[in-house]
Amino acid sequence: MSRSFAFLPVAAFVLLALVMWRGLYLDSKELPSMLIDKPMPAFDLMTVDGNSVTNDSLPSEPFLLNVWGSYCLPCLVEHPTFMRLSESGEIPIVGVNYRDQKALALNWLEENGNPYVFSILDEPGRFGIDLGVYGAPETYLVDSEGVIRYRHVSVLDETVWREVFEPAIAELRAEEAK
Amino acid sequence: MSRHLTSKAGLGRFSLFSFLCLVFLILAVSQPGISIAQVDTFEFETQEQQKRFRALSDELRCPMCQNTSLSGSTGGVAEDLRREVHRMIMEGMSDEQIEQFMYERYGDFIFYKPRLKPETILLWFGPLLFFLIGAIVLVGIWRKAKRMDAEPVVVTGESKNRLDALIAEHGRSKAAAENPNE
Repeated sequence: MSRSFAFLPVAAFVLLALVMWRGLYLDSKELPSMLIDKPMPAFDLMTVDGNSVTNDSLPSEPFLLNVWGSYCLPCLVEHPTFMRLSESGEIPIVGVNYRDQKALALNWLEENGNPYVFSILDEPGRFGIDLGVYGAPETYLVDSEGVIRYRHVSVLDETVWREVFEPAIAELRAEEAK
Repeated sequence: MSRHLTSKAGLGRFSLFSFLCLVFLILAVSQPGISIAQVDTFEFETQEQQKRFRALSDELRCPMCQNTSLSGSTGGVAEDLRREVHRMIMEGMSDEQIEQFMYERYGDFIFYKPRLKPETILLWFGPLLFFLIGAIVLVGIWRKAKRMDAEPVVVTGESKNRLDALIAEHGRSKAAAENPNE
């Protein structure tokens, strides 16, 4: 009996080491979104260009919802990817201009290019709260029914596009084609 | 041999006890400090509302800056969420309703005290589990040491001969040391 118990500390050590090993590679900054497989929160807001938009204004095909701000440096890093996607027409991108100022937002789009179908103006960050946003940039994949399918926190560069979004979008389109 | 071991185990027990005392002491003094609250100019109608606001913004965690409460954070989201908490209190929503609002948007992470549910059971009872494992091991060692204390030491064969020889040797040298003149 005591012989089999002798292995208990070793087993406990191995178990703990495995748990902690996994912990080393978990990103505690990436919180799971509560809105996965839930419809996009209802909104009735203005765009940065001064047009009024609601959920009905959203594209009727899968699209990306990108949370951005003119103050946000990582947004500038991922911007070329969005420009490329919008120029090639791969997928529509809707912007959420989060906790920014309208004039600064317009200026930023003017300077860097506008890849967005439209950008929802969320100066007070109230729509961001409904989305569960905790900081720009964040990018959501939304299906044609307006249901959120995936959220990516931080920069969406070409690598993330290729490895995460491209396959996810292909899968979503295949699912919707059925 | 076995005598020797038990006395060592006894010593081990004592230092383990001191070690546990030390751990408890460290845990007791390392309570998270009271965070310095951000100054907002929110107005309340009653003291009760203000108290609830303080309690809620200490209990809710800032999703952006992770290890700070809403009250202690200068982050943009924290500022927005404090404003929302204030709005909801003024609209007469209960603490439970406000917590539910936060949960629906930010999940368990928003609570310093996560809700008890299957996904959080390990979080809640993991420490207790480890404590119990430790206690079982400790009791096991203690009982084994006690059993070894109670057992008479039986020495036979070659070992007995060596032991007898050593005792005789020891007796002689002791006698020699006590009576150096002989």
